[in-house]
Parts: sequence; C-alpha cells; structure tokens
Amino acid sequence: MALLEIENLIVEFQTASGPFRAVNGVSMKVHEGEVLAIVGESGSGKSVSMLAAMGLLPWTAKVTADKLTFNGRDLLGMSANERRKIVGKDIAMIFQEPIASLNPCFTVGFQIEEVLRIHMGLDKAGRRKRAIELFEAVGIPDPAERLGHYPHQMSGGQCQRVMIAIAIACNPKLLIADEPTTALDVTIQKQILDLLMRLQAEHKMGLIMITHNMGVVAETADRVVVQYKGRKMEEADVLTLFENPKSNYTRALLAALPDNATGDRLPTISELFVDEGAAQ
Amino acid sequence: MPRQHGAGFNMFRFLLGRLAVLIPTFVGVSIIAFSFIRLLPGDPVALLSGERVMSPERHAEISHALGFDRPIVVQYLDYLWGVLQGDFGTSIVTKKPVIDQFFELFPATVELSLCAILFAVILGIPAGVIAAIKRGSAVDQAMMGTALVGFSMPIFWWGLLLIMLVSGMLQWTPVSGRISLMYFFPPVTGFMLIDSLLSGQAGAFKSAVSHLILPTIVLGTIPLAVIARQTRSAMLEVLSEDYVRTARAKGLSTFRVVGVHALRNAMIPVVTTIGLQVGVMLAGAILTETIFSWPGIGKWMVDSVSRRDYAVIQGGLLVIAAVIMLVNLIVDLLYGLINPRIRH
Amino acid sequence: MSQAAATSTVSTDSSRRARLAEFWYYFSENRGAVIGLVFFVFLVLLAVFAPWVAPHDPVAQYRDAVLVPPVWQEGGRAGFLLGTDAVGRDMLSRLIYGTRFSLFVGVIVTTLSLVGGIALGVIAGYFRGWVDTVIMRVMDIILAFPSLLLALVLVAVLGPGLVNAMIAIALVFQPHFVRLTRAAVMSEKTRDYVVAAKVAGAGHGRLMFKTILPNCMAPLIVQATLSFSSAILDAAALGFLGMGAQPPTPEWGTMLAEAREFISSHWWVVTLPGIAILITVLAINLMGDGLRDALDPKLKRS
Repeated sequence: MALLEIENLIVEFQTASGPFRAVNGVSMKVHEGEVLAIVGESGSGKSVSMLAAMGLLPWTAKVTADKLTFNGRDLLGMSANERRKIVGKDIAMIFQEPIASLNPCFTVGFQIEEVLRIHMGLDKAGRRKRAIELFEAVGIPDPAERLGHYPHQMSGGQCQRVMIAIAIACNPKLLIADEPTTALDVTIQKQILDLLMRLQAEHKMGLIMITHNMGVVAETADRVVVQYKGRKMEEADVLTLFENPKSNYTRALLAALPDNATGDRLPTISELFVDEGAAQ
Repeated sequence: MPRQHGAGFNMFRFLLGRLAVLIPTFVGVSIIAFSFIRLLPGDPVALLSGERVMSPERHAEISHALGFDRPIVVQYLDYLWGVLQGDFGTSIVTKKPVIDQFFELFPATVELSLCAILFAVILGIPAGVIAAIKRGSAVDQAMMGTALVGFSMPIFWWGLLLIMLVSGMLQWTPVSGRISLMYFFPPVTGFMLIDSLLSGQAGAFKSAVSHLILPTIVLGTIPLAVIARQTRSAMLEVLSEDYVRTARAKGLSTFRVVGVHALRNAMIPVVTTIGLQVGVMLAGAILTETIFSWPGIGKWMVDSVSRRDYAVIQGGLLVIAAVIMLVNLIVDLLYGLINPRIRH
Repeated sequence: MSQAAATSTVSTDSSRRARLAEFWYYFSENRGAVIGLVFFVFLVLLAVFAPWVAPHDPVAQYRDAVLVPPVWQEGGRAGFLLGTDAVGRDMLSRLIYGTRFSLFVGVIVTTLSLVGGIALGVIAGYFRGWVDTVIMRVMDIILAFPSLLLALVLVAVLGPGLVNAMIAIALVFQPHFVRLTRAAVMSEKTRDYVVAAKVAGAGHGRLMFKTILPNCMAPLIVQATLSFSSAILDAAALGFLGMGAQPPTPEWGTMLAEAREFISSHWWVVTLPGIAILITVLAINLMGDGLRDALDPKLKRS
C-alpha cells in the first residue's frame, strides 16, 4: 500500500476571468521511504497538487479527485478536525521562503514547541528538551540560545533548518518539500539538501521534493514526476528519465539544460516542445 | 549573525530619539499659544484682563503686571518659564488658574474617552476579524457598510438623534450630565464610575453608568468604524502571508491560526491606529461634551470661545497639546514593545 | 501607475485612454462606489440648479407657517414638503441650497490642502536636509492639537464665518497631505527613471513636478476624497458650534445649531439636515473606497 495515493486530482480556482484549472487530472503514488521529485516550470501546478493534499488551499479553490488517500485514509472526505490531527504530525511540509514562512512576532522556540505541545502533548520541560534535540539534529549551533531568537535575527539557511526541525518534530511519515532551496544561497543549498537526504534516510520518511532544478532531481530522487500546465507528462525512475525520456516535454526540458548544450545556442523549451494535448 | 543587544538598552535610546523631536515641537506649540493673544483683533491687554474700558493709568498698570511693556522675546521666555512651572494663565471669567480648572475637568474627559476607546476596541477588533475571515460574504458587507455609515455621520447629529430616540422616546437614558442631580459626593478620583462606588450611596453607580452610555456610544462610533475597517484590512493582508500558511500546515486549529498567529501581526498597524484615535477623541469630545453637557475640557474650550475667555483658550490649547504629545509618546513606546523588529 | 508611461515626456493619447479604461473597469466593479458617484453627480446638479429646483427662497420667512411638519404628517402643508423651521423657512429649499455650501466647502478645502500639501511635501521629500526638518516640525506642531480644537481657535482669531472656517480646516488638513506626498516622493526619488531623467539634464523643478509627482498621485487622490468628506463634516461641526457659516445661511451644520431646542418637539428640524450631511458624506466615502481599490494594485485581485 502506498503512503500517499493521488488519482485524477483536479484543482480549480475561481478567478475574475472565470474558473482556472491549476491541476488537471494528475495521478501519482509515493511509497514509504521513497524520494519522489515533482519537477516542472512555474505554473505547472506542482505546488498546488501538494497544497491540495495538505488542505492548505484558499476557499476559492475547488478540489476533486477519484482518490486522495494517505495511509489508506481518505483525505478529501475527512472532516477538518480529523485532518488537523494528521497535518503537521504525520505529513509535514516546508516551503520556499523560509524567513517569510516563520511568524515574525514569535520566537522560533515558541513556534517549534507549539507543534510539540499540540501533537505530542509534551510538558514544558519535555518540549524544551525535544526542541533542543531537534535543533541539534538539523545542525543549528547553540540550540538552547537560538530558541529565544526571532526569525528576522536569523539567516535564510538557518530559518530553513528551523522549518525542517518543525516539520520532523513529530516524526512524520511523509515530508513535502516545496522548492526548499530555491531562495537560498548556492553554498547553503547543498547543505540543506544534504540535511534533508540524511534525515530522510535516518527516519525512513517518504519525501516529495518539488523543484524546477534538474540538478536537484538527479541528486536526490528515486522516482520523478514531470508536470506541465497542470498535467502529468511523464513518470519514471530517475535513471530512466535522464537516459531515456519518453515524453517530448521531458526531452525539451533536458535539452534546455546548459550541461546538455550542443552548438552555440541554448534552445528554449518553447522551441523544442509544442503542446499538443492542450487545455480542456 | 551578530548578537543583538538586550531590549532595555534600545528602549532608552528610542525615548531619547523621540524626545529630541518632541522638545522642538513643544517649543513651537508654546510659541503658537503665546502668539495667539497677540494675533487677535483688539488690544491684548484689554482681552486678557477682561476690562474693556480703562483709564490710561489702569491700562499701564495691567500692562506692566502682564509684562506687555517688555521686549517680545523676554515676554515669550517668561511665558515659557511660567509654563514649565505650571502657570498656564488665569481665567478671565472665573479668575481661577487655568491649570487648576484643567485638572478639575480633565478626569471627566478621560473617563469618557477611555470608555469610548474600550467600546470601539471591544466591538471593532472582533468585527474586523470576522469580516476578514468571512470576506465577501453578507456578514462582511453588512459590517463594513455599517462601519462606513458610522464613519460618515456628523457625531453631533448622531448624539442629538440618540438623545431624541433613546432618552426622549424610549426614556432609557438621561439627557445630560454625568450623574443624577440627586447624588452629591466630593470627588475622590474624578472618575464618576469609581467615585460613585466609593460613595456607597444606593443607585449612584447605576446613575453614573446610565449617564455614560450615550456619550460613550457617540464618541466611540467613529473610532469603532475606523478600527473595524483597519482590523479587517490588516487581517486580510496577514492571512495571505506565508507564516499563516505554515501555521495551518502545522495542523493548528483555525481559532489558533487566526487568534494567535494572525492577530498578533495584524495588531501592529491597528495599535498605531488606536493610538491615533486618541487625538481624534479629544476633537470629538468637543462635540460630544457640548451635546450632553458633559463637564469636560471639550465643553470648557467651546464655552471659553463663546465667552471670549482668551486666557483659557490660550492656556487650554497648550495644556491639551502637551497632553496629546505625551499620549502619542506612550503609544509609540507601546508600539515599540509589541513589534519585535523594532525591539531587537 | 506604470513607470514606462512616466519616462516618456509626451504620454500617448491611447495609453492614457487605456489607463482610464482600466481604472474605470476596476472602479465600476464596486457597486457602492458607482452608487456613490451617481449620488454625488445628483448633488452637484442640485447645487448648480438650486434656484430652479427649490420651491422657495431659502431665507424667506413665512410667519404664518412656523414649525410646520412635513407633508405626510398631520398638520403638514403641500407648499412645504419637508416642513418649516422655527422662523417659518422651508426645509426642503434650505436643504437644497445647503448642497451649494457643503460642496463649495469640500472643493475649496480640498484644493487648498492639496496645493499647499503637495508643494510642501514635494519640497520636503525632494530636498531633505534642514528644509525637510523645518517643514516636518511645523507639521508636527499642527498635529499636536486636536484638529477641531485648532480649527475652532483659528476661527476665533479670524472671526466666525464660512470662509474663515474653510481656511482653518484647510490648515488643519495640511500635515496629512504633506506627510503623504513627502513619503511618496522619498520612495520614488531613488527609482531608476528619476535618475535617468536627472542624467538627461532635468532641473530640480522639472524633476519634482513633472517626473516624480505624477507617480505619487494615487494615494493623494484617495486622501483628497477623504478630505472632501472630512471638510464637510468639520465645516458642519463649526457651523453647529456657531463658528462656521452664520445664520441665516442655509448650511446644514448651522441649521442644526438652531434646531437643538426642538429635539423633543419637532423632529424634522433636527433630523433632516443631519441626514443630508450623512448621505452626502457617505456618497463621497463610497467613491473614495472605490477609488482606493481601483488605484491600489495590491488589492486588485480579490
């Protein structure tokens, strides 16, 4: 049984110019302990699908699917109360802008201990101890002191470590990382990715890595889903995808990488790929 | 990232910075108050003493007593020195020091203003939050529509209307004053609510409360409308921020997401608005106190203008301005306290 | 307001028309704003055509028709649709003529505040330094007083009357416009298009008023509508306190001052002028809200 199963997910937004389908019939499965990368351009709907699974979309979004289950439990039909028991505990998510993702009015210690109190029911001393443990696990120096700091006093990389610590605080079965390194310095990017992979291996978490960076895909993923304008273009294990891509879009994507350049000019995706299965 | 200094150090520097701005402002205000008498049409000596027809000797006598025969700069410095010692002039009508009259009447205005602000905050903030959460719904539109109407009303008319309906037709509340004439007790704090309780007289407290209801509603209507609108727009902005999404992703209840995470951030601009409303209050108090014959400094100033008690107008202006500057300073300090970005 | 349009010294007619069309699209989405606009136009027409629309002369006293109730009440007369006041003047005519004074106050005060506020704000924001400090200190001094109190005292100095009331109110509104303009100018000053214009040789005056100022107009327009409605309220307040328009001028606030004693007996003398003020100010505030939503790009997506 897969950890997360999605079948024919459709997400529609009410906009001023009529309904807009951000996700148009996407299906995928993630298993325990596996790393799935979802890759695509901006606007491909890769974040929206995961936000829909977590129940984090605004009220203007309509979510429908043939199947949307986590650990066998139906996420769509669940009541909001039941969903809140799972979200943040068994499924966790980290986002692209780490400093903006933390509340500027509270210390980082408050924000991590909050999760420990609500999901794990730890007492004050227990929370502090665990918070320090978690900070150490994600590589934050001077953890006890850092607990009293505010997000604006920390760098982007450190804030992302805090976010990761909050995410793994309750030992989740699945961690969704939405472009976790895009907003960070190149040198920090590698550290954060290494951290994520290490934690994933240690805790045998399922990890969904959303990214537009093929390099990240190559380094981290077991399997890959390629999305374009809300549709899934291809799904394969990582080696097959790079060596023998089946979809034209994937081929265009790979050809546009600087590493794959032949000749003088770098081709653009729109030159190489014509969208035949255009929007319904 | 380098370590930041503790909060205490910054607060002191902050105060100093604000004082550096306030002191020249206060000097400017005092210059205006000082010049006021001299800008009026007519002879300042006659205006200040209240004596219209005087013999030349009497005129010279008063002129000398008031210091008008000295160079203007010396007059100003004398005036400023007097002010710093608490001498704001003497009323032409009552012959009492302006500062004494001020302190007699100030508690009434403070009591009314505090009740009005409480009224505005207790109703306005939840209204704004609910309107933001239910954005676009009938509830939102009704609340914001009501706020807009409240914001567009002339408050002196609103007061008259309420008196007509509530005191006149329904006879639920009295028409004027702070307490029924039946009760008399010497003021202890100047706050009728407290004093009436302390007096121990039966029914005194109830009378004080019933006298406060309409004036509070009238004075508090505009701040209520402004606070509700501001809260709504601040909440809407905050609710679309990344950290609110993180809070939801942690599985927190809606109550906690909105009430703890969002509200704390939304309150930052709203507290500034509340602070600004205090100054608006004192302007609104002028009209409210006039309508309800509420014996506060607003009514005092209006009466002084119509009675041509120029000493009171001059002194009262300066005292009121000083009070407003002090209140703004306190509000700024509070703002610095709740916004960690300024504190650290 | 797009930067691209600002760099060209001659804005093409089509782009301005396009921007106006876009602005109107967003403005008209807001039903309240459109209602406000329609009502405001109605008021302007009433003010302009008052002598033809009003049934009576607003200051004419009909001694035999004192305190007549409105036509739908017992004792009402067809000649006086909304009744008469304490000296027999027709309420409806007075209310209609009152639109002239209120709109007049709004226009004059807003214009004075805008002109003064923009001039001072642009100078302060552009030159900074001691000029900025002096101007801002003076504004702080004005802000240290409660607005109505300052206006009241100013009118006491200048003498009661509508014109002096307008001057006093315009003075009290200055700091808001100055601060707004100054903040906008300071943030625009460092932008690339300003630097480009400077390098191209534009002098101070041209830079201040032709390059920077047009891009600061959005918040100023919103503040102007707010001032329009506040001016009407403040002028009415001063009239109510006896320091604004003097009787027999049919200004709505002054009408309320004379009406105070009739609260319990003759409701129309007290209620009707206040309603006139309320719906006028409400219409302008509705327009102001619509303007703000249409001009503020952040709020464009609902």
